[in-house]
Amino acid sequence: MLEIKDLHVYYGGIHALKGVSISVEKGEIVTIIGANGAGKSTLLNAISGIVKYREGSISFKGEPLPKLPHLVVKRGIVQVPEGRLIFANLTVKDNLMLGAYLRSDVNGIKRDLEMVYELFPRLKEREKQMAGTLSGGEQQMLAIGRGLMGNPELVLMDEPSLGLAPLMVQTIFKVIKDIKSMGKTILLVEQNAYKALATADRAYVLEQGRIVKSGRAQDLLDDPGIKESYLGVKVNNRG
Amino acid sequence: MDWFYIEGVLILAGINIIAVLGLSLLTGFTGLFSFGHAGFMAVGAYTCVYFGERLGLPFIAAVIAGGLSAGLVSLFIGRLTLKLKGDYFCIATLGFGEAIRLLLDNLQIFGGARGWPGIPPKVDLTTVVIFSLLGIIFLVFLINSRHGRAMIAVREEELAAKVMGIDVYRYKVISLFISAVYAGVAGGLLGYYLTFLQPKLFGLQKSTEYTIMVIFGGIGSISGSVLAAFFLTVLPEILRSFAVWRFVIYGAAVIFIMIARPQGLMGGKEITLKGITSILKKPGKNRAIRSGEV
Repeated sequence: MLEIKDLHVYYGGIHALKGVSISVEKGEIVTIIGANGAGKSTLLNAISGIVKYREGSISFKGEPLPKLPHLVVKRGIVQVPEGRLIFANLTVKDNLMLGAYLRSDVNGIKRDLEMVYELFPRLKEREKQMAGTLSGGEQQMLAIGRGLMGNPELVLMDEPSLGLAPLMVQTIFKVIKDIKSMGKTILLVEQNAYKALATADRAYVLEQGRIVKSGRAQDLLDDPGIKESYLGVKVNNRG
Repeated sequence: MDWFYIEGVLILAGINIIAVLGLSLLTGFTGLFSFGHAGFMAVGAYTCVYFGERLGLPFIAAVIAGGLSAGLVSLFIGRLTLKLKGDYFCIATLGFGEAIRLLLDNLQIFGGARGWPGIPPKVDLTTVVIFSLLGIIFLVFLINSRHGRAMIAVREEELAAKVMGIDVYRYKVISLFISAVYAGVAGGLLGYYLTFLQPKLFGLQKSTEYTIMVIFGGIGSISGSVLAAFFLTVLPEILRSFAVWRFVIYGAAVIFIMIARPQGLMGGKEITLKGITSILKKPGKNRAIRSGEV
């Protein structure tokens, strides 16, 4: 479904992605794990058209993907950005409606709003509240819900568990599975490698701008190298 | 105080309301600060009077032509500067405003620095009230539309707006264009009211005044902008008996409000009919001013 070949991204003189190739098939959850600064968010932003890539190609459903953010969304790829980035001074409902900005099918929007409220009953309760007054976990729900309102085929998720309480992390990962069962495809970037690998079907390991390992998520979970570098780090850091 | 004087102050207030409404769209709703709006006003004023007096267009057509030429200039400026990040855009507009003023200082066909005297008075209170009302109504509809919501999204979180599929650059251009048209119309009206134009009228001080009015009224509030433009135009006139001290008091009043209400007079809220009726129904209870961006 999504095919990235030999992607190079530079920030000024810094070579952030050094020839990354990945693929995502329809209906699967693919995760990209890696340390801070490995280039995970850069990869998602390159797909979304937020950062420009100098070399390489991205194709979606067999056609080259446009390089401007609003055209990417039109093709059915929506990013749930890192740090939520909700519209703090708008109501929860307005936030969700902005997610459907490019759509004009009133009935479809209505149905998806119901679907998001079903997925996150908490958002329904707080429909008229200013989004900035929500808790961190609720804001993450809102960011995911807002992304789903665009009716994407592929959802790009950037660190959805960042800064959340353990219980909320459980909820978010359960929701990611629910979204998959709706028939959507998910590309997930996470620092919480254990959770990500336990949820995903396949995984790539990104280190300093290069893919160093890939395979079935379950296999990587049992890989001794991964265990030491990523799962070990996680235990020490997060307690 | 005779009516002629009061009418004059009200006309100036109305003209300021139109200019501030435009700036409010750009600064209050789209989140772009401009310190060059007097420049757009100058473009509007001079082209309006040029079209009206040299080319003989009827008054309304001349005002519209003035507004549109300010808009056209903004498209050109916007193309060059709107890709810049917030602070840099702000500095670029400052440079633009001063450049326009200096250009007019040296353009002899418009009278240069000596100004352009003898413009027939064609603006009365009714004209200004009609233009302000049209300006308010258009802006209210725009803000409550899907496009208005997209502009607010750009102000709130540019990156998130982008990944929602909003063409951020396009909305910035549209917002700047509309806001320049408002400034241009206000400039045209000012020319035909004062019967005299001079580049000095459109200096940095004027731009700053408008930005103060928008912030004073509350970012993201149309009613706040209207109230602030009215209040801050009338205030120096009320203080006229204090002679040289009046601008000290004016400054102090602005500082006081910003300390007491950093969110501005209206703080992003709007005065609505619904709000007013519910205040009348249950006095004292529930300030019932509906949130602006619904």
